[in-house]
Amino acid sequence: MSSVHQRFADLSNDEVKRYSRHVIMPEVGMEGQRRLKASSVLLIGTGGLGSPLALYLAAAGIGRIGLVDYDVVDFTNLQRQVIHGVSTVGVSKLESAETRMLDLNPDIEVVKYNEPLTSENALRIFSDGWDIVIDGTDNFPTRYLVNDACVKLGIPNVYGSIFRFEGQLSVFYADEGPCYRCMFPEPPPPGLVPSCAEGGVLGILPGTIGTMQATEAIKLLLGIGDPMIGRMMLYDALEMSFHSIKVRKDPNCPVCGIPADEIELIDYEQFCGMPAHDHSEFTSVDETVDIDIRSVTVHDVKAALENGDDVVVIDVRDPHEWDISVIDGTVKIPKPDIQLAKNGIQGGRRLWEETVLKDIPKDKTLYLHCRSGVRSADSIAFLSEVGYDLEKMYNVEGGILAWADEIDPAMPKY
Amino acid sequence: MAKIRVPTPLRAYTDGASDIEVAGSTVGEALGNLVEQHPDLRVHLFQDDDLRSFVNIFIGDEDIRFMQGLDTEIDAADSLRIIPSIAGGRRTQ
Repeated sequence: MSSVHQRFADLSNDEVKRYSRHVIMPEVGMEGQRRLKASSVLLIGTGGLGSPLALYLAAAGIGRIGLVDYDVVDFTNLQRQVIHGVSTVGVSKLESAETRMLDLNPDIEVVKYNEPLTSENALRIFSDGWDIVIDGTDNFPTRYLVNDACVKLGIPNVYGSIFRFEGQLSVFYADEGPCYRCMFPEPPPPGLVPSCAEGGVLGILPGTIGTMQATEAIKLLLGIGDPMIGRMMLYDALEMSFHSIKVRKDPNCPVCGIPADEIELIDYEQFCGMPAHDHSEFTSVDETVDIDIRSVTVHDVKAALENGDDVVVIDVRDPHEWDISVIDGTVKIPKPDIQLAKNGIQGGRRLWEETVLKDIPKDKTLYLHCRSGVRSADSIAFLSEVGYDLEKMYNVEGGILAWADEIDPAMPKY
Repeated sequence: MAKIRVPTPLRAYTDGASDIEVAGSTVGEALGNLVEQHPDLRVHLFQDDDLRSFVNIFIGDEDIRFMQGLDTEIDAADSLRIIPSIAGGRRTQ
């Protein structure tokens, strides 16, 4: 295929030297390097995927790199977001990333968009002269938004996604192949999306997938090789296996199957039933949040445990989280097990006494806790569906994080 | 028997198993056999008797939506894959 643009910028002698390992390859050469310098690439997110993307694209001499992010660097980011560091914890990710990129290559320009990407600003930002958009986001609403805006504006979208030990890579470029919606017409409903209990990601995985996205971007800009248009690479780190599948264009695709000027950006949080970012005002309409769940504080939990009250305190976190920290005296039953038990009972496949629920008495007051209070609230909702009295169940506000803050400062937080 | 590759997000419902042997001469029969072996998977793959729209099933590198869907015939040598929709490592709770 030909390059996504035909512009060239002059290189100084210092730049020729800097990029000498590129220019001595015939596939790049002086012409290709001048093309990279004239290129503009927009990165959505400067997190796990965005870190290697920003570093390698800066090093490769992409002349203009845009960054969209609204977040500040958090200590827990450093396990995988290698563009940031201890010295920039608490600093805007854009500032942190820009400093590192310009240290690596002062000849490039970094354009910063310090805002969450939304349906209101996406077309403005994407129309700012970008040859390629690279999707390095971490949530479904933004992925659909990036896709739809790219299709509307005719921009290639270099897609990468990660989960635990698995990664996906593709190039969605509706002008020459399928779009994200041809492969994933609808997002999974929120209840079927793995939660953080089942989530997490190997810190190196975004490095693997992010550098593959950067490779695809360079190929598109230079017009060399076989881009991942119409294909998706599936990577399994545990097996160390790569498997390529075909992605076909859906002629009935609701986005790339209609004229570009008819594509409208929608409310993607509503579409996916989940918030896109921490600043979102989106609230789920999931029925489970409509029930009235009572709550107690960690001080109530402490008093109940110390006084020997007739209360059962249940920790619904995953077993590997118990290794990090526990409150002594709790009964430990993971939320997924409670959910499976509930499904089994409701589906008529299991009796109550055949499930983990046999360890949760129906006639006692129950305090449920998790890490921060969400999974425990879900667990209460599940229990109420299979005969537990809502008035006897209490959600521990703030979970074990609140316990670490208010009761036991020596406890590690995660 | 054909083999089905279960992705990480769904292994919570297969007791951790990643490759599962299934009986059946069509994709539909194979998936039916799979959810018989692992009933907790059913809700993640099917809505009533239809495959959920976000569930992608591939035979080799081909999407069954562009073959004969659940009626696509398979033989014992075929490898099926469930391709999950994944968004990233965002912590939601």
